[in-house]
Amino acid sequence: MVYFGDVKPIKGKIHIKKDQCKGCAFCVEYCPKDVLEMSEEFNVKGYHPPFVKDEDACLYCQLCETICPEFAIFVTIKEEEEEGEKGESRP
Amino acid sequence: MKKEDRLESKNPMEGFLRMDRIPHIWCPGCGIGTVVTSFTEALKKSKLDLDKVAVVSGIGCTGRVAGYVKLDSFHTTHGRAVPFATGLKLANPDLKVVVFSGDGDIFGIGGNHFIHAARRNMDILIICVNNFNYAMTGGQVAATTPMEANASTAPYGNFEFAFSLPYLAEAAGATYVARWTSLHLRRVTKSIQEALAKPGFSLIEVITPCVTLYARRNRLGDGLNLLKYYYDKSVIEHGADTRTLDISYQGKLVVGKFVDKEKPTFLDRMNEHMTKILGDKYVKYGE
Ligand SMILES: Cc1ncc(C[n+]2csc(CCOP(=O)(O)OP(=O)(O)O)c2C)c(N)n1
Ligand code: SF4
Ligand code: SF4
Ligand code: SF4
Ligand SMILES: [Mg+2]
Repeated sequence: MVYFGDVKPIKGKIHIKKDQCKGCAFCVEYCPKDVLEMSEEFNVKGYHPPFVKDEDACLYCQLCETICPEFAIFVTIKEEEEEGEKGESRP
Repeated sequence: MKKEDRLESKNPMEGFLRMDRIPHIWCPGCGIGTVVTSFTEALKKSKLDLDKVAVVSGIGCTGRVAGYVKLDSFHTTHGRAVPFATGLKLANPDLKVVVFSGDGDIFGIGGNHFIHAARRNMDILIICVNNFNYAMTGGQVAATTPMEANASTAPYGNFEFAFSLPYLAEAAGATYVARWTSLHLRRVTKSIQEALAKPGFSLIEVITPCVTLYARRNRLGDGLNLLKYYYDKSVIEHGADTRTLDISYQGKLVVGKFVDKEKPTFLDRMNEHMTKILGDKYVKYGE
């Protein structure tokens, strides 16, 4: 991907409060980047919470956070640790 | 959004909700929680002093909102959220008063309060979660149940005419009227933001899935199915004539902002009128 100047896409870090989730799958269905997927595991209440399948694809759009009726998922901005590596691969 | 606004360890809803009461009582797949987030987003964006915002609910699943928001809030008796809000506003005109309640609460038992508050152009915002039934008590027919829909008190389908909430609101005198579905996340937020900034009586109707009763009785699938269905059936028509906004069972849903007009509020009228009659002897109230 080519970025102009310093403009880099913001990356999100997803936080799922598993025990607060009721497994409705709204976040999984509406994430524009298919970052999330429902898991097979059970939480304390017996629901299946989602898990993060592909965090690198997350756009920090916060849609999952806004749609979740349980206030069980939120996103923060991911700090770019591997700055050097990625920077070098740019033209 | 700036980085420092968000901590990894802190759910951003913590500033707005009483987290000790979460998880809430709403069913898995119920849409009410999403509308609460859209509301808190609007509070954030409008940068209001949260000490000057009050939320009033009546009774019902939606009525629980007052108990979950970390604001001055009151869970009133069934149908009485609007008169309670009126009293709150008149006793303390500095407050932004928001009624957050269900269709049955506001338009069934509380219908008369609604029309009179609208008639007076009372400066309050009504967020009505319309799930087409009295959910909390078992899915009875409400004033909003579409004809043909099944309800626990209409096992052969509903044969009554339903209220069109935007039409009723405009006819009664509301100055801001919008309708969305709960999946129109950002549009709901924007409408709430606009209505918070506007003096006068506002109604925002949010069509929201009730998965346990309405969806199940009508075999409409789960919360996700209903959410998608409402969204797919909705057509945005800003400024649509409110006489054309009836909702038929599983038919198209016209959504948008229908009314946004200027009119003096109850207190504006009172001050204007009393000043005209009494002149300097009258001390204007709430200005
Ligand atoms: C005076 C009185 N009558 C009836 C009831 C029973 N009741 C509780 S909630 C409710 C209906 C709520 O419907 P709605 O406002 O649409 O809320 P929802 O549960 O659908 O969100 C009724 C009839 C009551 N609590 N008080
Ligand atoms: S922030 Fe957006 S892209 Fe990232 S997980 Fe949530 S919905 Fe998906
Ligand atoms: S939207 Fe919320 S409650 Fe629903 S599955 Fe995702 S995290 Fe769980
Ligand atoms: S009964 Fe219906 S409205 Fe009430 S919490 Fe359950 S799904 Fe939501
Ligand atoms: Mg209802």
